[in-house]
Amino acid sequence: MTSIAATHDDHDHHHAPTGWRRWVFSTNHKDIGTMYLFFALFMLFLGGAMAMVIRAELFSPGLQFVSPEFYNNMFTNHALIMIFGMVMPAAAGMANWMIPMMIGAPDMALPRLNNLSFWLLPAGALMLVLSIVAPWVGGGMAVTAGWTLYPPISLQAGMSMDLLIFTIHLLGISSILASINIVTTILNMRAPGMTMMKMPVFVWAWFFTGVLLILIMPAFAGGVTMLLFDRHFGTSFFDAAGGGDPVLFQHLFWFFGHPEVYVLLLPSIGVLGMVVPTFSRKPLFGYKSLVYGMAFLATLGMVVWAHHQYTVGMSIWATKYFMIGTILISIPIGLMKFNFIFTMWRGSLTFETPMLFAIAIILMFAFAGVTGVMLAVVPADLQYHDTYFVVAHFHYALIPGAVFGLYAGVFYWLPKWTGHMYDEKLGKLFFWWTTISFNVTFFPQHFSGLAGMPRRIVDYGVQFTEFNMVSSVGAFAFGLSHLLFLYIIIKTIRGGEPAPAKPWEGAQAGTPGLEWTVSSPPPFHTFETPPEVK
Amino acid sequence: MTQQLPEQEQQQKNIYRTALISSVIVVGMFGFAFALVPLYNLICDVTGINSLFTQEKRVRIDADDIQIDQSRLIKLEFDATINGNLDWEFKPSLRSASVHPGQKMQTTYLLKNNTDQVITTQSIPGVTPWQATEFIKKVECFCFTTQTLQPGEAKEMGLTYVIDPQLPEQYTTVTLSYTIMNLDRDSVIKGGQQGPQNVAVLNK
Repeated sequence: MTSIAATHDDHDHHHAPTGWRRWVFSTNHKDIGTMYLFFALFMLFLGGAMAMVIRAELFSPGLQFVSPEFYNNMFTNHALIMIFGMVMPAAAGMANWMIPMMIGAPDMALPRLNNLSFWLLPAGALMLVLSIVAPWVGGGMAVTAGWTLYPPISLQAGMSMDLLIFTIHLLGISSILASINIVTTILNMRAPGMTMMKMPVFVWAWFFTGVLLILIMPAFAGGVTMLLFDRHFGTSFFDAAGGGDPVLFQHLFWFFGHPEVYVLLLPSIGVLGMVVPTFSRKPLFGYKSLVYGMAFLATLGMVVWAHHQYTVGMSIWATKYFMIGTILISIPIGLMKFNFIFTMWRGSLTFETPMLFAIAIILMFAFAGVTGVMLAVVPADLQYHDTYFVVAHFHYALIPGAVFGLYAGVFYWLPKWTGHMYDEKLGKLFFWWTTISFNVTFFPQHFSGLAGMPRRIVDYGVQFTEFNMVSSVGAFAFGLSHLLFLYIIIKTIRGGEPAPAKPWEGAQAGTPGLEWTVSSPPPFHTFETPPEVK
Repeated sequence: MTQQLPEQEQQQKNIYRTALISSVIVVGMFGFAFALVPLYNLICDVTGINSLFTQEKRVRIDADDIQIDQSRLIKLEFDATINGNLDWEFKPSLRSASVHPGQKMQTTYLLKNNTDQVITTQSIPGVTPWQATEFIKKVECFCFTTQTLQPGEAKEMGLTYVIDPQLPEQYTTVTLSYTIMNLDRDSVIKGGQQGPQNVAVLNK
């Protein structure tokens, strides 16, 4: 063992770099993880500011602050930023930080690739900002297509659409490279004795996320490349004038877009799989079934995409298949919920901030599950399609399902990352503030949607005024709560009660959890000598 | 100094192998997106899953053999749309017609090319409500072929149609819409970018 460490030290890992070089040339998984997380935090505020513009405009009927074109551009970019700029990088940041430490690897399998996949993100973000600015400096019509970028409207936009296509290429390449790296690390870098079925659930969750991304992201990149060809090189993949079919793009988009939902969700399920046993002080109930459930979810998620397209005019036979497939998804999701609920059953529960978030997720994600089954049923969906009911559904799926899972992860691992305990009182305040304001924002949208308010329109009928006012007030409170989140994070980085190596009493319940065997914060290099897992 | 232990070497090999396999999958999935273009058309043609209509189940009848149903009149509306922002004129000579199902009718659409270029066009039909689509039978239609117009040329294009008497009772008004498309792909790209004007209007 010692001889391995000696040769290892010899050919790699010189002294720790300092200054800007430490970050720009970083190949250290912890530093890259930190950069990912800060990037995601920045994008959270950018995308959140756009949501505030949307809700300010919708506070009352009529046109108040922005033009319809700019409004449409705002909801387009809000979605793209939150998905590609916030949730995915934040989850990748946690993967970078935690996976090597959890499985006892010295670093990611391909550290230089890791550096590249991070630094593609700011380049992509710059492209995205340029795409927003371009229409104001003579770049033609803004992108008003929504994040689905359906042609023909996306073919008609000005150069901001081209910039957005390049944004997607860059962010896509970044997440493909990160996924290859993570999957390779998980398969090859586990410490001796760390078998696949001993891995912490978070590692498993990211394994499936990575595999999904490797499968779907290139297909989407292909789809937007075809859009680019249609716009500039005279092809007509999606232009009916030249014999193309715009519906083909919808299939390509949702072939990516539906599994993408699970890409956003699974890392948070992984965090739940760590947090719930920790604060129940009990091993996870049904570890194997949870892993198989995630595999089932990922597989099923690949073959149900066209439930987003019921109104496009597919045959009854095809919609039937997609309906049944979609409803089947509630089986693995339900299984996961029961895994977590039975883990809590007769545990010695305490309610620190991560656990509060975990319980809120289990409860609120169930709302999204129920509305999801409603939307999966074809005759019902024809009514709900493109109304605010859908908006309420996917925000209930993605904010508790993905974003709150990341918040739980941040609070759970902040002591490990910074070496300081966060302020529990502020953490709890943040939890109640976000959870209540989130529900105030999105719960009324179920009602306005069922009453027939269409989504993606700057104006609405006066009968929806009250619902929208409540929604907007909730949204402003929800947005404001994130300043507290920022304050808590800064405060924890700057100081606080020193965290022990294992800050949570129940942290190693069930899984070996090697991340708790190193100090908080961990040294720059961990596990240069592979640890032995019994 | 670069001497590595066999197990480390093996691990490095495994890492490269996994990364290589993943990269091949990535390239394959990128190609898959493009392969879907022909595959999609093929699958839709063979299985018909991209169409809500079940055409096979109904008996097809020849337009000349259809019995005229004198008992009801269907209001058929004609509509014309130009795809893109082009300086053409395209309109039906008749806005609407009341016809008995089974009656063979004729009408025309007018197309004029106001540009200084030769253009080749094709019209794509659409029927509203869509449930009536298969009951509007075209005996002759300008949409079956392409039309080429010289600069400034105008053309009257014929359409002969019959409404199938099996059209369900609840449809009393049917709209037949044609969208005319420019088949010259190069000019679509150069002329079709409708950016700055629209922005100016919307930002007012």
